[in-house]
Amino acid sequence: MNGIALIIAAALSFGLAALVVLLWMIGAGQYDDLKGAAERILIEDPEDKP
Amino acid sequence: MGSLTLSIPKSGAAADLSRYVRKSESGSAFEIAVWGARCANCIAKIESGVKAIEGVSSARLNLSTGKLAVEWRGDAVAPQSILQRVRALGYEAQPYDAATTLNEGEREGRFLLRCLVVAGFGTIFVMGLTDAVWYGGEDMDAATRNLFFWLAAAVSIPITLYASQPFFRSAARSLIKRQTNMDVPISAAIVLSLALSLYQTILHGTQTYFDAAAMLAFLLLIGRYLDFLLRDRARGAAQHLVAMQSVLARRLRENGHVETVAAREINPGDRILLASGERAAVDGTLDAATDADVSLVTGESAPVSIARGGVLRAGSIVVGRPVVMLASARAEDSLVADLARLLEAGQQTRNRYVRLADRAARAYVPFVTILAVLIFTGWMIAGASIAVSITNAITVLIITCPCALGLAVPAVQIVATGRLFDHGMLVKSGDALERLAEIDVAVFDKTGTLTIGMPELLNRKDIPRDILDAAAQIARTSNHPLARALAASAGEGPAASGVREISGSGLEADIADVPQRLGNAAWCGASAIAHASELWFRAGHAPPVRFVFSDAIRPDAAEMLAALKSRGIAVEMLTGDREAPAADLAAQAGIESWHSGIDPKEKAARVEALRAQGHRALMVGDGLNDAGALALAHVSIAPGSAADASQLAADMVLRGAQLMPIVEAVDIARKARVLVLQNFALAAAYNITAIPLASLGLVSPLIAAATMAGSSLIVTLNALRLAGRR
Repeated sequence: MNGIALIIAAALSFGLAALVVLLWMIGAGQYDDLKGAAERILIEDPEDKP
Repeated sequence: MGSLTLSIPKSGAAADLSRYVRKSESGSAFEIAVWGARCANCIAKIESGVKAIEGVSSARLNLSTGKLAVEWRGDAVAPQSILQRVRALGYEAQPYDAATTLNEGEREGRFLLRCLVVAGFGTIFVMGLTDAVWYGGEDMDAATRNLFFWLAAAVSIPITLYASQPFFRSAARSLIKRQTNMDVPISAAIVLSLALSLYQTILHGTQTYFDAAAMLAFLLLIGRYLDFLLRDRARGAAQHLVAMQSVLARRLRENGHVETVAAREINPGDRILLASGERAAVDGTLDAATDADVSLVTGESAPVSIARGGVLRAGSIVVGRPVVMLASARAEDSLVADLARLLEAGQQTRNRYVRLADRAARAYVPFVTILAVLIFTGWMIAGASIAVSITNAITVLIITCPCALGLAVPAVQIVATGRLFDHGMLVKSGDALERLAEIDVAVFDKTGTLTIGMPELLNRKDIPRDILDAAAQIARTSNHPLARALAASAGEGPAASGVREISGSGLEADIADVPQRLGNAAWCGASAIAHASELWFRAGHAPPVRFVFSDAIRPDAAEMLAALKSRGIAVEMLTGDREAPAADLAAQAGIESWHSGIDPKEKAARVEALRAQGHRALMVGDGLNDAGALALAHVSIAPGSAADASQLAADMVLRGAQLMPIVEAVDIARKARVLVLQNFALAAAYNITAIPLASLGLVSPLIAAATMAGSSLIVTLNALRLAGRR
C-alpha cells in the first residue's frame, strides 16, 4: 500500500512538473509561430569571426 | 500577397510614424506588417537587415502572421528607417496601428492550447487510475478502489472544469440568446458525468466517469484547436488588412508644412497632397487636372482624366501629375464608408447561417433530453430507486454526447482547407466551405477578376523594335497604366531624362536632340480610333505609331467557367464597364448572361435578388465596387490582387493568378460536405447501438470511454480520406 502511495505521488508530481513547463512555454510564446519555428532551423548561424 | 502592395502609398515617405511606436521604460517597440516573407531565407534576411540598423536591440519576424516586432533603446532609431530597410530588401511593409495591435488571435490560441494541454494531462493521469480499477477491479479491495476514485476526482474535477471553459462560455452565450448549439449538450455531458461520478464515489459505488469526462474535453479541444488554426491562417491576412486601413495621408498645413496624419483624422476643407501612385483616402475636389485610376470605385479599366475642380472619390489612385485635393468629406462619410455599410449588412446576413454541426445539435438536443426523461420514468415505473433511475438516465446523456459534432466537422475542414491552400486558395472560415458546397449560381465581376486587370500591349509584333525601345524610354518614367504596360512589354532598359508631362496630352522628351512625344492621338498628330485604349508615339516629324492596349482575359477563365457549368452551376457576369468590352469578353469567356454599366449598389441588389429567388450565389470579384456584393452573397471569393475591403469581405482569397482553384474549391467543398455527413452518420450509428445498452443500465464506464475514443478515431480517419485522394 505504501508502495502505491509513493508511486502515485511520484507520477503526479512528474506529470504536474511537465504540465507547468508546458504552460510556461505556451505563455512565453513558443507556440505562437509554428511555421516560423519550422523554418528557422534552416537558418545558418553566423560564422564566428576571430 | 505581393499584389497587395498596389494599395500602399509608398510616397508617404517622410511620414511621422511616432504614433505607431510604443514607448516603455526599457525602450521603444514598433510592429510592422511584412508582406511576401515565406521561408527561412526571408526571416534571416529581414531580421539581420533590420538588426544591422544602428541602435536596434532586437528584431523578430513571426512567419505565421507576418508581423515583425522591432525594439530599441530610447530614441536611438527612426521608425521610418526600419520601414525603408524592409522595403529595400524587397518586401512591402506597413506599420501596425498601436491601437489595433491588440492581438486577440494570439491570446485565443494560447488559451485553447493551455486548455488542451491541461485536459491531456488530466486524461492520461485519470485513465491510469481508473483503468487500474476497470482491469484489476476483482483483485482490488474496496478501500483501495475508493481511494483511486477519490484521487481521480481530485485531479479530474478541477482540470476538466478548467479545460472545458471554451465549451461553457460558448454554451452560455448561446443559451442567453435562447438558442442551442453543440456546446450545450457537450457542457451538460461534462458537468453531469463529473457530478454523477462524485456522487458514486461518495456512496462507494463502482460506476464513475472521471476518465470519460476528461477524455471528452481533451478530444473536443483537439477539434476546437484545429478549428482555431484554420481561422488563424486567414487571420494573418486579416491583420494585414487592419494595418492597411491605418492608411496615412499627407496634409498641407496653412504655413506650407506637410504633416502625416491617419486617414480618419482628415476633416472637410483639409488640403491633401496626392503624388502619382497615391490613393485618395477621402472624397475631394482637385486643384488641377490629372488622370486617375478609378477602377476600385467603378471597375472601369481605363484611367479617367479629371479636370481642375473635378471630384475624386476615395479609393481612386492618381496616375497623372501630383495634385492637391481639397477634402470634401471625412473618411467615414466617403464613398468607401458607404460600401463599408453594405459590407456590414452582408456580415449580418452571413451570421444568420447556421453551421452544419449546430443544425445537427438543434435536432439532437430535444431528442436526447426527451430520451433521458423517458428512461428515468421507465425505470421509476419498473420499481427502481430514484438513484438508479437517475444514474441510468445520465449514462444515456453521457454516452450519446456528440463527440462527433465537435470533432467530425473541424477534422474534415482542416484537411479540406489544407488541401485548398496547397492548390492556391485561402479559406477564411470553416463554414465558408459548407456554404460553398451549396451554391447553384456563380456571379463574376469582369475587370480584374475574369480579366488580368492590367492593360497589355496587343500589337507588339507590328511595331519595329527601335520604335518600341524609344517609346519605352519615355514610358518608363510614367505611372500611367498604359505607359507601364508599354514599358513592361519592352522589357528592361534605360529611362529617358528630362521628360515633361503635359496634362491631358502625354509625355514629351528630347532623345538625341529629336523631340519625341508619347500620348493621345490628337497631340501626336493622328486621328483616334474609337473604342480602344491606345497610345501614340511620334519621333520628330516621322509618322505617328499606334500602340493598342487591351485588358486580356485570364488564360484559364473560359475553362473555369465551362467546368462550373458542367457541375450544374449557372454563370453570370456583372460589370461596371461599358457594353462593348463587356460583350466582347462575355463572348470570349462563353458567358450568356451578363449586365454592363452596373454600379456597386446594383451589384449588391442583383446578388440580393438571386437570394430572394431561392438561389445560393457565389460572388467572385476584386474591386471595392464588388465588396458589397461579396458580403451579401451566400459565399464569396476574391482574387489575391483584390482591394483590401474586398479581401476582407470575401470568404476565400485566391493566392495566385489562376482561376481554376475556384473549381477545385467547389469540388473539395462538396466532398467535404459528404464526409461531414458520413461522420455524423457514423457517430449516430455508434450512439444508436449504445443507447439501448445505456438505458438498460448495461454500459460500464469502460465501454463509455472506449466508445468515445473509438468514434473520435473513426471520424478522424474518415476525414483523412480527403487528404489521400489526389
